[in-house]
Amino acid sequence: METVEITCPDQVFLDKLDRELKIEPKDWMPEPYRQTLIRQISQHAHSEIVGMLPEGNWITRAPSLKRKAILLAKVQDEAGHGLYLYAAAETLGISREKMYQQLHNGKAKYSSIFNYPTLSWADIGAIGWLVDGAAIMNQVPLCRNSYGPYARAMVRICKEESFHQRQGFEILLTLSRGTPQQRAMAQDAVNRWWWPSMMMFGPPDASSPHTQQSMRWKIKRFTNDELRQKFVDICAEQATILGFSLPDPLLKWNATTGHFDFGPINWDEFNQVINGNGPCNKERLDARRKAWDDGEWVREAAEAHAAKQKTKAAAA
Amino acid sequence: MQTMPASLLPDTTIINTNARISYVLYLADNALILGHRNSEWCGHGPALEQDIALSNIALDLLGQARHLYQYAAELYNQLNPSAPVTEDHLAYLRDVRDFRNCLLAEQPNGHWGQTVLRQFFFSCWQYYFYQQLQHSNDTQLQAIAIKSLKEVTYHLRWSSEWVIRLGDGTAESKTRMQQAAADLWPYTHELFQPAAFEQEAVSAGYGVTPGSIEKDCLGRIQHIFSEATLSVPVTQPGLHSGGKTGVHTEHLGFILAEMQFLQRAYPGSEW
Repeated sequence: METVEITCPDQVFLDKLDRELKIEPKDWMPEPYRQTLIRQISQHAHSEIVGMLPEGNWITRAPSLKRKAILLAKVQDEAGHGLYLYAAAETLGISREKMYQQLHNGKAKYSSIFNYPTLSWADIGAIGWLVDGAAIMNQVPLCRNSYGPYARAMVRICKEESFHQRQGFEILLTLSRGTPQQRAMAQDAVNRWWWPSMMMFGPPDASSPHTQQSMRWKIKRFTNDELRQKFVDICAEQATILGFSLPDPLLKWNATTGHFDFGPINWDEFNQVINGNGPCNKERLDARRKAWDDGEWVREAAEAHAAKQKTKAAAA
Repeated sequence: MQTMPASLLPDTTIINTNARISYVLYLADNALILGHRNSEWCGHGPALEQDIALSNIALDLLGQARHLYQYAAELYNQLNPSAPVTEDHLAYLRDVRDFRNCLLAEQPNGHWGQTVLRQFFFSCWQYYFYQQLQHSNDTQLQAIAIKSLKEVTYHLRWSSEWVIRLGDGTAESKTRMQQAAADLWPYTHELFQPAAFEQEAVSAGYGVTPGSIEKDCLGRIQHIFSEATLSVPVTQPGLHSGGKTGVHTEHLGFILAEMQFLQRAYPGSEW
Protein backbone atom coordinates (compact mmCIF):
# COMPACT_ATOMS: atom_id res chain seq x y z
CA MET A 1 0.00 0.00 0.00
CA GLU A 2 1.20 3.44 -0.85
CA THR A 3 1.86 5.70 2.11
CA VAL A 4 0.79 9.27 1.98
CA GLU A 5 2.99 11.50 3.98
CA ILE A 6 1.09 14.28 5.60
CA THR A 7 3.18 17.26 6.53
CA CYS A 8 1.77 20.24 8.31
CA PRO A 9 2.35 23.60 6.58
CA ASP A 10 4.38 24.83 9.49
CA GLN A 11 6.84 22.01 8.91
CA VAL A 12 7.17 22.88 5.23
CA PHE A 13 7.77 26.48 6.12
CA LEU A 14 10.48 25.72 8.70
CA ASP A 15 12.04 23.19 6.38
CA LYS A 16 12.33 25.84 3.67
CA LEU A 17 13.97 28.22 6.10
CA ASP A 18 16.46 25.56 7.14
CA ARG A 19 17.34 24.84 3.54
CA GLU A 20 17.78 28.58 2.85
CA LEU A 21 14.92 28.57 0.34
CA LYS A 22 12.90 31.74 -0.14
CA ILE A 23 9.36 32.08 1.08
CA GLU A 24 7.24 33.49 -1.75
CA PRO A 25 3.93 35.43 -1.54
CA LYS A 26 1.75 32.44 -2.39
CA ASP A 27 3.47 30.11 0.09
CA TRP A 28 1.89 29.35 3.40
CA MET A 29 3.49 31.33 6.21
CA PRO A 30 2.72 31.71 9.90
CA GLU A 31 0.66 34.81 10.61
CA PRO A 32 3.23 36.31 13.02
CA TYR A 33 5.90 35.95 10.28
CA ARG A 34 3.64 37.85 7.88
CA GLN A 35 2.91 40.53 10.45
CA THR A 36 6.58 40.92 11.38
CA LEU A 37 7.47 41.37 7.74
CA ILE A 38 4.69 43.88 7.13
CA ARG A 39 5.83 45.86 10.15
CA GLN A 40 9.48 45.76 9.14
CA ILE A 41 9.11 46.36 5.39
CA SER A 42 6.59 49.17 5.77
CA GLN A 43 8.75 50.77 8.43
CA HIS A 44 11.64 50.57 6.02
CA ALA A 45 9.55 52.04 3.17
CA HIS A 46 8.39 54.90 5.40
CA SER A 47 12.00 55.56 6.38
CA GLU A 48 12.88 55.99 2.72
CA ILE A 49 10.19 58.57 2.03
CA VAL A 50 10.53 60.44 5.31
CA GLY A 51 14.28 60.32 4.73
CA MET A 52 13.76 62.32 1.54
CA LEU A 53 12.80 65.34 3.65
CA PRO A 54 15.98 66.21 5.60
CA GLU A 55 18.13 65.79 2.49
CA GLY A 56 15.60 67.31 0.11
CA ASN A 57 15.96 70.32 2.37
CA TRP A 58 19.34 71.09 0.69
CA ILE A 59 18.53 70.44 -2.98
CA THR A 60 17.73 74.06 -3.71
CA ARG A 61 20.81 75.21 -1.77
CA ALA A 62 23.41 72.73 -3.00
CA PRO A 63 26.69 74.61 -3.50
CA SER A 64 27.45 73.60 -7.08
CA LEU A 65 25.50 72.34 -10.07
CA LYS A 66 27.25 68.99 -9.88
CA ARG A 67 26.43 68.54 -6.18
CA LYS A 68 22.86 69.61 -6.88
CA ALA A 69 22.46 66.98 -9.59
CA ILE A 70 23.96 64.26 -7.38
CA LEU A 71 21.77 65.17 -4.42
CA LEU A 72 18.59 65.39 -6.45
CA ALA A 73 19.32 62.01 -8.01
CA LYS A 74 20.01 60.57 -4.59
CA VAL A 75 16.77 61.78 -3.03
CA GLN A 76 14.95 60.52 -6.10
CA ASP A 77 16.59 57.11 -5.59
CA GLU A 78 15.11 57.08 -2.10
CA ALA A 79 11.65 57.59 -3.55
CA GLY A 80 12.41 54.61 -5.80
CA HIS A 81 13.45 52.54 -2.79
CA GLY A 82 10.19 53.47 -1.09
CA LEU A 83 8.36 52.27 -4.17
CA TYR A 84 10.09 48.85 -4.28
CA LEU A 85 9.51 48.35 -0.58
CA TYR A 86 5.84 49.33 -0.60
CA ALA A 87 5.42 46.92 -3.50
CA ALA A 88 7.17 44.15 -1.54
CA ALA A 89 4.91 44.79 1.47
CA GLU A 90 1.84 44.74 -0.76
CA THR A 91 2.61 41.11 -1.66
CA LEU A 92 1.84 40.33 1.99
CA GLY A 93 -1.71 41.60 1.66
CA ILE A 94 -1.60 45.23 2.79
CA SER A 95 -2.28 48.21 0.50
CA ARG A 96 0.02 51.19 0.09
CA GLU A 97 -2.81 53.47 1.16
CA LYS A 98 -3.26 51.53 4.39
CA MET A 99 0.47 51.79 5.09
CA TYR A 100 0.35 55.55 4.50
CA GLN A 101 -2.56 55.78 6.92
CA GLN A 102 -0.51 53.99 9.56
CA LEU A 103 2.37 56.37 8.97
CA HIS A 104 0.15 59.44 9.11
CA ASN A 105 -1.68 58.42 12.27
CA GLY A 106 1.55 57.55 14.04
CA LYS A 107 0.85 53.82 14.28
CA ALA A 108 3.75 52.90 12.02
CA LYS A 109 7.28 53.97 12.81
CA TYR A 110 10.13 55.06 10.58
CA SER A 111 13.82 55.35 11.32
CA SER A 112 14.29 57.83 14.15
CA ILE A 113 17.39 59.30 12.50
CA PHE A 114 15.24 61.37 10.16
CA ASN A 115 13.85 63.33 13.07
CA TYR A 116 17.08 65.30 13.32
CA PRO A 117 17.54 68.56 11.39
CA THR A 118 19.98 69.18 8.51
CA LEU A 119 21.57 72.48 9.46
CA SER A 120 24.46 72.85 7.04
CA TRP A 121 25.68 71.50 3.73
CA ALA A 122 28.08 69.28 5.64
CA ASP A 123 25.08 67.44 7.08
CA ILE A 124 24.47 66.07 3.59
CA GLY A 125 27.97 64.61 3.67
CA ALA A 126 27.55 63.28 7.22
CA ILE A 127 24.22 61.67 6.39
CA GLY A 128 25.75 59.98 3.37
CA TRP A 129 28.76 58.74 5.28
CA LEU A 130 27.20 57.80 8.63
CA VAL A 131 23.48 57.33 8.09
CA ASP A 132 23.76 55.57 4.75
CA GLY A 133 26.76 53.70 6.13
CA ALA A 134 24.71 52.42 9.06
CA ALA A 135 21.79 51.66 6.75
CA ILE A 136 24.02 49.53 4.51
CA MET A 137 25.31 47.64 7.53
CA ASN A 138 21.71 46.82 8.41
CA GLN A 139 20.60 46.18 4.86
CA VAL A 140 23.28 44.02 3.28
CA PRO A 141 22.29 41.00 5.41
CA LEU A 142 18.66 41.65 4.44
CA CYS A 143 19.53 40.77 0.85
CA ARG A 144 19.63 37.18 2.17
CA ASN A 145 16.47 37.37 4.26
CA SER A 146 13.97 34.57 3.87
CA TYR A 147 11.14 36.47 2.20
CA GLY A 148 11.75 36.53 -1.57
CA PRO A 149 10.22 39.89 -2.62
CA TYR A 150 11.90 41.69 0.28
CA ALA A 151 15.29 40.09 -0.38
CA ARG A 152 15.13 40.99 -4.07
CA ALA A 153 14.13 44.58 -3.33
CA MET A 154 17.05 44.84 -0.93
CA VAL A 155 19.56 43.73 -3.56
CA ARG A 156 18.64 46.70 -5.76
CA ILE A 157 18.52 49.08 -2.82
CA CYS A 158 21.92 48.07 -1.45
CA LYS A 159 23.63 48.73 -4.77
CA GLU A 160 22.39 52.31 -4.78
CA GLU A 161 22.96 52.84 -1.07
CA SER A 162 26.64 52.02 -1.26
CA PHE A 163 26.92 54.55 -4.06
CA HIS A 164 25.25 57.16 -1.82
CA GLN A 165 27.57 56.35 1.01
CA ARG A 166 30.63 56.99 -1.17
CA GLN A 167 29.12 60.28 -2.33
CA GLY A 168 28.66 61.36 1.29
CA PHE A 169 32.20 60.41 2.16
CA GLU A 170 33.42 62.38 -0.83
CA ILE A 171 31.52 65.51 0.27
CA LEU A 172 33.20 65.29 3.68
CA LEU A 173 36.58 64.60 2.12
CA THR A 174 36.26 67.74 -0.01
CA LEU A 175 35.27 69.78 3.04
CA SER A 176 38.14 68.33 5.04
CA ARG A 177 40.55 69.70 2.42
CA GLY A 178 38.77 73.05 2.28
CA THR A 179 38.91 76.25 4.30
CA PRO A 180 38.97 76.24 8.13
CA GLN A 181 35.30 77.23 8.05
CA GLN A 182 34.47 74.24 5.88
CA ARG A 183 36.41 71.88 8.14
CA ALA A 184 34.59 73.25 11.19
CA MET A 185 31.26 72.85 9.38
CA ALA A 186 32.06 69.22 8.63
CA GLN A 187 33.32 68.39 12.14
CA ASP A 188 30.17 69.90 13.61
CA ALA A 189 28.02 67.77 11.32
CA VAL A 190 29.92 64.60 12.27
CA ASN A 191 29.49 65.48 15.95
CA ARG A 192 25.75 65.87 15.60
CA TRP A 193 25.12 62.77 13.44
CA TRP A 194 27.42 60.26 15.16
CA TRP A 195 25.30 59.22 18.13
CA PRO A 196 21.97 59.19 16.30
CA SER A 197 23.64 56.97 13.67
CA MET A 198 24.80 54.58 16.41
CA MET A 199 21.20 54.37 17.58
CA MET A 200 20.06 53.29 14.10
CA PHE A 201 20.93 49.68 14.96
CA GLY A 202 18.21 49.67 17.57
CA PRO A 203 18.25 48.84 21.29
CA PRO A 204 20.96 46.60 22.75
CA ASP A 205 20.40 42.87 22.24
CA ALA A 206 19.42 42.38 25.87
CA SER A 207 16.40 44.64 25.38
CA SER A 208 15.51 43.88 21.77
CA PRO A 209 12.31 41.82 22.03
CA HIS A 210 12.02 40.64 18.42
CA THR A 211 15.61 39.68 17.68
CA GLN A 212 15.57 35.97 18.53
CA GLN A 213 12.36 35.21 16.65
CA SER A 214 13.47 37.26 13.63
CA MET A 215 16.75 35.40 13.54
CA ARG A 216 14.97 32.04 13.66
CA TRP A 217 12.81 33.19 10.73
CA LYS A 218 15.93 34.36 8.92
CA ILE A 219 14.54 37.83 8.52
CA LYS A 220 17.43 39.05 10.61
CA ARG A 221 20.94 37.61 10.27
CA PHE A 222 22.94 39.54 12.85
CA THR A 223 21.98 41.11 16.16
CA ASN A 224 21.80 44.86 16.73
CA ASP A 225 24.96 44.89 18.82
CA GLU A 226 26.94 42.86 16.29
CA LEU A 227 26.07 45.26 13.51
CA ARG A 228 26.74 48.30 15.68
CA GLN A 229 30.21 47.03 16.52
CA LYS A 230 30.97 46.46 12.85
CA PHE A 231 29.87 50.02 12.11
CA VAL A 232 32.06 51.52 14.84
CA ASP A 233 35.09 49.55 13.66
CA ILE A 234 34.73 50.81 10.09
CA CYS A 235 33.89 54.43 10.94
CA ALA A 236 36.68 54.82 13.47
CA GLU A 237 39.19 54.07 10.71
CA GLN A 238 37.48 56.15 8.04
CA ALA A 239 37.31 59.13 10.39
CA THR A 240 41.11 59.07 10.53
CA ILE A 241 41.29 59.25 6.73
CA LEU A 242 38.92 62.21 6.78
CA GLY A 243 40.83 63.88 9.60
CA PHE A 244 37.73 64.28 11.77
CA SER A 245 37.23 63.08 15.32
CA LEU A 246 34.21 61.11 16.50
CA PRO A 247 32.53 62.66 19.55
CA ASP A 248 33.22 59.78 21.93
CA PRO A 249 36.04 60.16 24.47
CA LEU A 250 35.88 56.43 25.23
CA LEU A 251 36.39 55.34 21.63
CA LYS A 252 39.58 53.30 21.69
CA TRP A 253 41.14 50.33 19.89
CA ASN A 254 41.06 47.18 22.02
CA ALA A 255 43.77 44.74 20.96
CA THR A 256 42.29 41.93 23.05
CA THR A 257 38.85 41.97 21.42
CA GLY A 258 40.10 43.15 18.05
CA HIS A 259 37.40 45.84 18.05
CA PHE A 260 36.99 49.45 19.04
CA ASP A 261 35.53 50.05 22.49
CA PHE A 262 32.99 52.85 22.66
CA GLY A 263 31.12 54.87 25.25
CA PRO A 264 27.54 54.42 26.49
CA ILE A 265 24.67 55.32 24.18
CA ASN A 266 22.03 57.70 25.48
CA TRP A 267 18.98 55.44 25.20
CA ASP A 268 16.79 58.07 26.84
CA GLU A 269 17.34 60.24 23.83
CA PHE A 270 16.56 57.33 21.53
CA ASN A 271 13.31 56.61 23.35
CA GLN A 272 12.33 60.27 23.31
CA VAL A 273 12.76 60.42 19.53
CA ILE A 274 10.97 57.09 18.98
CA ASN A 275 8.08 58.36 21.08
CA GLY A 276 7.61 61.48 19.02
CA ASN A 277 9.65 64.00 20.99
CA GLY A 278 12.65 64.30 18.67
CA PRO A 279 13.69 67.66 17.24
CA CYS A 280 11.75 67.26 13.96
CA ASN A 281 9.15 64.51 14.47
CA LYS A 282 6.31 66.96 14.05
CA GLU A 283 7.78 68.66 10.99
CA ARG A 284 8.43 65.36 9.24
CA LEU A 285 4.98 63.94 9.84
CA ASP A 286 3.31 67.25 9.04
CA ALA A 287 5.18 67.37 5.73
CA ARG A 288 4.11 63.83 4.81
CA ARG A 289 0.50 64.48 5.79
CA LYS A 290 0.45 67.75 3.88
CA ALA A 291 1.81 66.11 0.72
CA TRP A 292 -0.88 63.45 1.01
CA ASP A 293 -3.73 65.88 1.73
CA ASP A 294 -2.67 68.37 -0.95
CA GLY A 295 -2.48 65.54 -3.44
CA GLU A 296 -5.98 64.26 -2.75
CA TRP A 297 -7.75 66.24 -5.49
CA VAL A 298 -5.00 65.22 -7.92
CA ARG A 299 -5.41 61.52 -7.20
CA GLU A 300 -9.20 61.85 -7.39
CA ALA A 301 -9.00 63.62 -10.73
CA ALA A 302 -6.61 61.02 -12.11
CA GLU A 303 -8.99 58.23 -11.06
CA ALA A 304 -12.01 60.05 -12.48
CA HIS A 305 -10.24 60.56 -15.78
CA ALA A 306 -9.11 56.93 -15.92
CA ALA A 307 -12.70 55.80 -15.27
CA LYS A 308 -13.97 58.03 -18.10
CA GLN A 309 -11.38 56.60 -20.45
CA LYS A 310 -12.42 53.11 -19.51
CA THR A 311 -16.08 53.85 -20.19
CA LYS A 312 -15.17 55.38 -23.54
CA ALA A 313 -13.07 52.38 -24.48
CA ALA A 314 -15.87 50.01 -23.50
CA ALA A 315 -18.40 51.96 -25.59
CA ALA A 316 -16.13 52.02 -28.63
CA MET B 1 38.31 90.35 6.53
CA GLN B 2 38.07 87.95 3.67
CA THR B 3 36.89 89.48 0.43
CA MET B 4 35.97 87.72 -2.72
CA PRO B 5 38.66 87.86 -5.38
CA ALA B 6 37.21 90.14 -8.03
CA SER B 7 38.10 87.66 -10.71
CA LEU B 8 35.48 85.26 -9.38
CA LEU B 9 32.56 87.41 -10.40
CA PRO B 10 31.79 87.01 -14.09
CA ASP B 11 32.29 90.27 -15.97
CA THR B 12 28.77 91.26 -17.02
CA THR B 13 30.08 93.66 -19.65
CA ILE B 14 31.67 90.78 -21.52
CA ILE B 15 28.41 88.82 -21.32
CA ASN B 16 26.11 91.70 -22.24
CA THR B 17 28.15 92.75 -25.25
CA ASN B 18 28.42 89.26 -26.65
CA ALA B 19 25.22 88.02 -28.26
CA ARG B 20 26.30 84.39 -28.42
CA ILE B 21 27.10 84.20 -24.71
CA SER B 22 23.85 86.03 -23.91
CA TYR B 23 21.93 83.60 -26.07
CA VAL B 24 23.44 80.51 -24.48
CA LEU B 25 22.87 81.94 -21.01
CA TYR B 26 19.23 82.69 -21.85
CA LEU B 27 18.73 79.00 -22.62
CA ALA B 28 20.78 77.88 -19.62
CA ASP B 29 18.94 80.16 -17.19
CA ASN B 30 15.56 78.93 -18.46
CA ALA B 31 16.53 75.33 -17.78
CA LEU B 32 18.16 76.02 -14.42
CA ILE B 33 15.36 78.10 -12.98
CA LEU B 34 12.54 75.80 -14.05
CA GLY B 35 14.58 72.81 -12.88
CA HIS B 36 14.99 74.57 -9.53
CA ARG B 37 11.25 75.12 -9.21
CA ASN B 38 10.50 71.51 -10.07
CA SER B 39 13.10 70.27 -7.60
CA GLU B 40 11.20 72.07 -4.82
CA TRP B 41 8.58 69.32 -5.17
CA CYS B 42 11.02 66.52 -4.40
CA GLY B 43 9.59 64.63 -1.41
CA HIS B 44 6.25 66.46 -1.52
CA GLY B 45 4.50 65.13 -4.62
CA PRO B 46 0.91 63.84 -4.69
CA ALA B 47 2.07 60.24 -5.33
CA LEU B 48 5.44 58.57 -5.16
CA GLU B 49 5.51 57.81 -8.90
CA GLN B 50 4.86 61.46 -9.73
CA ASP B 51 7.42 62.65 -7.24
CA ILE B 52 9.93 60.56 -9.18
CA ALA B 53 8.70 61.74 -12.57
CA LEU B 54 8.94 65.43 -11.72
CA SER B 55 12.36 64.99 -10.12
CA ASN B 56 13.42 63.32 -13.36
CA ILE B 57 12.34 66.35 -15.34
CA ALA B 58 14.16 68.58 -12.87
CA LEU B 59 17.29 66.49 -13.36
CA ASP B 60 16.99 66.65 -17.14
CA LEU B 61 16.63 70.42 -17.03
CA LEU B 62 19.57 70.73 -14.68
CA GLY B 63 21.60 68.58 -17.05
CA GLN B 64 20.67 70.81 -19.99
CA ALA B 65 21.57 73.88 -17.96
CA ARG B 66 24.96 72.42 -17.17
CA HIS B 67 25.79 71.72 -20.82
CA LEU B 68 24.78 75.25 -21.72
CA TYR B 69 26.64 76.94 -18.84
CA GLN B 70 29.73 74.93 -19.68
CA TYR B 71 29.53 76.11 -23.25
CA ALA B 72 28.91 79.72 -22.16
CA ALA B 73 31.94 79.49 -19.87
CA GLU B 74 34.03 78.23 -22.78
CA LEU B 75 32.96 81.18 -24.94
CA TYR B 76 33.56 83.60 -22.09
CA ASN B 77 37.00 82.20 -21.33
CA GLN B 78 38.07 82.64 -24.94
CA LEU B 79 37.36 86.35 -24.58
CA ASN B 80 38.75 86.65 -21.08
CA PRO B 81 41.41 83.99 -20.56
CA SER B 82 43.06 85.78 -17.64
CA ALA B 83 40.11 85.25 -15.29
CA PRO B 84 38.36 82.07 -16.44
CA VAL B 85 34.94 81.06 -15.12
CA THR B 86 33.14 77.74 -14.78
CA GLU B 87 29.50 76.67 -14.99
CA ASP B 88 29.20 77.43 -11.28
CA HIS B 89 30.40 81.04 -11.57
CA LEU B 90 27.73 81.66 -14.16
CA ALA B 91 24.95 80.00 -12.16
CA TYR B 92 25.90 81.13 -8.68
CA LEU B 93 27.54 84.51 -9.04
CA ARG B 94 25.25 86.50 -11.30
CA ASP B 95 22.44 88.58 -9.85
CA VAL B 96 18.79 89.00 -10.79
CA ARG B 97 19.40 91.63 -13.46
CA ASP B 98 21.92 89.37 -15.19
CA PHE B 99 19.63 86.35 -15.39
CA ARG B 100 17.82 86.04 -18.71
CA ASN B 101 15.28 83.28 -18.09
CA CYS B 102 11.68 83.78 -19.14
CA LEU B 103 9.28 84.84 -16.39
CA LEU B 104 7.25 81.66 -16.84
CA ALA B 105 10.11 79.55 -15.46
CA GLU B 106 10.36 81.47 -12.20
CA GLN B 107 6.64 81.48 -11.34
CA PRO B 108 5.93 79.73 -8.01
CA ASN B 109 4.89 76.09 -8.03
CA GLY B 110 1.42 76.68 -6.63
CA HIS B 111 -0.56 73.45 -6.64
CA TRP B 112 0.29 70.35 -8.66
CA GLY B 113 -1.92 71.50 -11.52
CA GLN B 114 -0.10 74.84 -11.81
CA THR B 115 3.23 73.07 -11.83
CA VAL B 116 2.27 70.63 -14.58
CA LEU B 117 0.69 73.38 -16.65
CA ARG B 118 3.79 75.56 -16.34
CA GLN B 119 5.81 72.55 -17.44
CA PHE B 120 3.44 71.92 -20.35
CA PHE B 121 3.70 75.50 -21.67
CA PHE B 122 7.45 75.46 -21.27
CA SER B 123 7.99 71.99 -22.75
CA CYS B 124 5.81 72.91 -25.67
CA TRP B 125 8.01 75.91 -26.40
CA GLN B 126 11.21 73.96 -25.76
CA TYR B 127 10.07 71.14 -28.06
CA TYR B 128 9.59 73.34 -31.12
CA PHE B 129 12.54 75.50 -30.20
CA TYR B 130 15.02 72.62 -29.99
CA GLN B 131 13.65 71.14 -33.20
CA GLN B 132 14.76 74.34 -34.93
CA LEU B 133 17.99 74.64 -32.97
CA GLN B 134 19.06 71.26 -34.33
CA HIS B 135 19.77 73.16 -37.55
CA SER B 136 21.93 75.79 -35.86
CA ASN B 137 25.26 76.48 -37.54
CA ASP B 138 26.85 76.35 -34.09
CA THR B 139 27.85 72.71 -33.65
CA GLN B 140 27.75 72.89 -29.84
CA LEU B 141 24.21 74.25 -29.80
CA GLN B 142 23.27 71.71 -32.40
CA ALA B 143 24.53 68.84 -30.23
CA ILE B 144 22.83 70.18 -27.10
CA ALA B 145 19.57 70.57 -29.03
CA ILE B 146 19.66 67.00 -30.33
CA LYS B 147 20.37 65.57 -26.89
CA SER B 148 17.81 67.76 -25.12
CA LEU B 149 15.07 67.09 -27.62
CA LYS B 150 14.85 63.46 -26.58
CA GLU B 151 14.25 64.54 -22.98
CA VAL B 152 11.88 67.34 -23.89
CA THR B 153 9.76 65.00 -26.01
CA TYR B 154 9.13 62.99 -22.84
CA HIS B 155 8.48 66.12 -20.74
CA LEU B 156 5.93 67.28 -23.28
CA ARG B 157 4.18 63.93 -23.29
CA TRP B 158 4.17 63.65 -19.52
CA SER B 159 2.88 67.17 -18.94
CA SER B 160 0.28 66.87 -21.74
CA GLU B 161 -1.08 63.73 -20.12
CA TRP B 162 -1.37 65.49 -16.78
CA VAL B 163 -3.09 68.54 -18.27
CA ILE B 164 -5.62 66.21 -19.90
CA ARG B 165 -6.06 64.13 -16.76
CA LEU B 166 -6.69 67.15 -14.55
CA GLY B 167 -8.73 69.14 -17.07
CA ASP B 168 -10.95 66.15 -17.77
CA GLY B 169 -10.90 64.77 -14.20
CA THR B 170 -13.32 66.15 -11.63
CA ALA B 171 -15.20 69.46 -11.47
CA GLU B 172 -12.70 70.64 -8.88
CA SER B 173 -9.66 69.73 -10.93
CA LYS B 174 -11.12 71.41 -14.01
CA THR B 175 -11.76 74.66 -12.14
CA ARG B 176 -8.26 74.59 -10.72
CA MET B 177 -6.74 74.02 -14.16
CA GLN B 178 -8.76 76.73 -15.84
CA GLN B 179 -7.63 79.17 -13.14
CA ALA B 180 -4.01 78.04 -13.49
CA ALA B 181 -4.26 78.62 -17.25
CA ALA B 182 -5.55 82.14 -16.68
CA ASP B 183 -2.70 82.86 -14.24
CA LEU B 184 0.12 81.48 -16.38
CA TRP B 185 -1.02 82.39 -19.88
CA PRO B 186 0.17 86.04 -19.75
CA TYR B 187 3.74 84.77 -19.24
CA THR B 188 3.75 82.70 -22.42
CA HIS B 189 3.83 85.61 -24.90
CA GLU B 190 7.31 86.66 -23.89
CA LEU B 191 8.82 83.46 -25.28
CA PHE B 192 7.94 84.56 -28.82
CA GLN B 193 9.08 88.17 -28.54
CA PRO B 194 12.67 88.53 -29.77
CA ALA B 195 15.35 90.10 -27.60
CA ALA B 196 18.24 91.88 -29.32
CA PHE B 197 20.60 88.94 -28.71
CA GLU B 198 18.12 86.61 -30.36
CA GLN B 199 17.90 88.77 -33.46
CA GLU B 200 21.67 88.70 -33.71
CA ALA B 201 21.63 84.93 -33.19
CA VAL B 202 19.18 84.54 -36.03
CA SER B 203 21.13 86.73 -38.46
CA ALA B 204 24.35 84.88 -37.63
CA GLY B 205 22.64 81.55 -38.29
CA TYR B 206 22.95 79.91 -34.89
CA GLY B 207 19.62 80.96 -33.34
CA VAL B 208 15.91 80.39 -33.76
CA THR B 209 13.45 83.13 -34.76
CA PRO B 210 11.20 83.17 -31.68
CA GLY B 211 8.05 84.08 -33.60
CA SER B 212 8.54 81.25 -36.07
CA ILE B 213 7.49 78.57 -33.60
CA GLU B 214 4.52 80.42 -32.09
CA LYS B 215 1.95 78.91 -34.44
CA ASP B 216 3.10 75.34 -33.75
CA CYS B 217 3.13 75.94 -30.01
CA LEU B 218 -0.33 77.43 -30.03
CA GLY B 219 -1.63 74.58 -32.19
CA ARG B 220 -0.30 72.01 -29.76
CA ILE B 221 -1.71 73.86 -26.77
CA GLN B 222 -5.14 74.11 -28.43
CA HIS B 223 -5.10 70.42 -29.23
CA ILE B 224 -4.19 69.33 -25.69
CA PHE B 225 -6.56 71.85 -24.09
CA SER B 226 -9.39 70.58 -26.21
CA GLU B 227 -8.71 67.01 -25.09
CA ALA B 228 -8.58 68.32 -21.55
CA THR B 229 -11.91 70.09 -22.07
CA LEU B 230 -10.22 73.38 -21.11
CA SER B 231 -10.42 76.64 -22.99
CA VAL B 232 -7.31 78.48 -24.07
CA PRO B 233 -7.26 81.92 -22.47
CA VAL B 234 -7.63 84.80 -24.87
CA THR B 235 -5.37 87.66 -23.90
CA GLN B 236 -3.19 90.00 -25.83
CA PRO B 237 0.44 90.32 -24.80
CA GLY B 238 0.58 92.67 -21.82
CA LEU B 239 3.49 93.78 -19.72
CA HIS B 240 4.37 90.31 -18.44
CA SER B 241 7.73 90.21 -20.13
CA GLY B 242 11.28 91.37 -19.56
CA GLY B 243 13.00 88.21 -18.37
CA LYS B 244 15.29 88.09 -21.39
CA THR B 245 16.67 91.51 -20.51
CA GLY B 246 16.86 90.82 -16.78
CA VAL B 247 13.66 92.55 -15.70
CA HIS B 248 12.08 89.78 -13.66
CA THR B 249 9.17 89.18 -11.32
CA GLU B 250 9.92 89.49 -7.62
CA HIS B 251 10.19 85.72 -7.32
CA LEU B 252 13.60 85.35 -8.94
CA GLY B 253 15.43 87.23 -6.18
CA PHE B 254 14.29 84.68 -3.62
CA ILE B 255 15.22 81.77 -5.84
CA LEU B 256 18.73 83.15 -6.24
CA ALA B 257 19.07 84.05 -2.56
CA GLU B 258 18.38 80.43 -1.72
CA MET B 259 20.30 78.83 -4.56
CA GLN B 260 23.41 81.00 -4.30
CA PHE B 261 23.62 81.16 -0.50
CA LEU B 262 26.66 78.93 0.05
CA GLN B 263 28.69 80.34 -2.82
CA ARG B 264 27.99 83.87 -1.60
CA ALA B 265 28.55 83.13 2.11
CA TYR B 266 31.80 81.20 1.62
CA PRO B 267 33.31 82.82 -1.47
CA GLY B 268 36.03 81.06 -3.39
CA SER B 269 35.56 77.69 -1.66
CA GLU B 270 35.65 74.30 -3.32
CA TRP B 271 32.62 72.12 -2.64
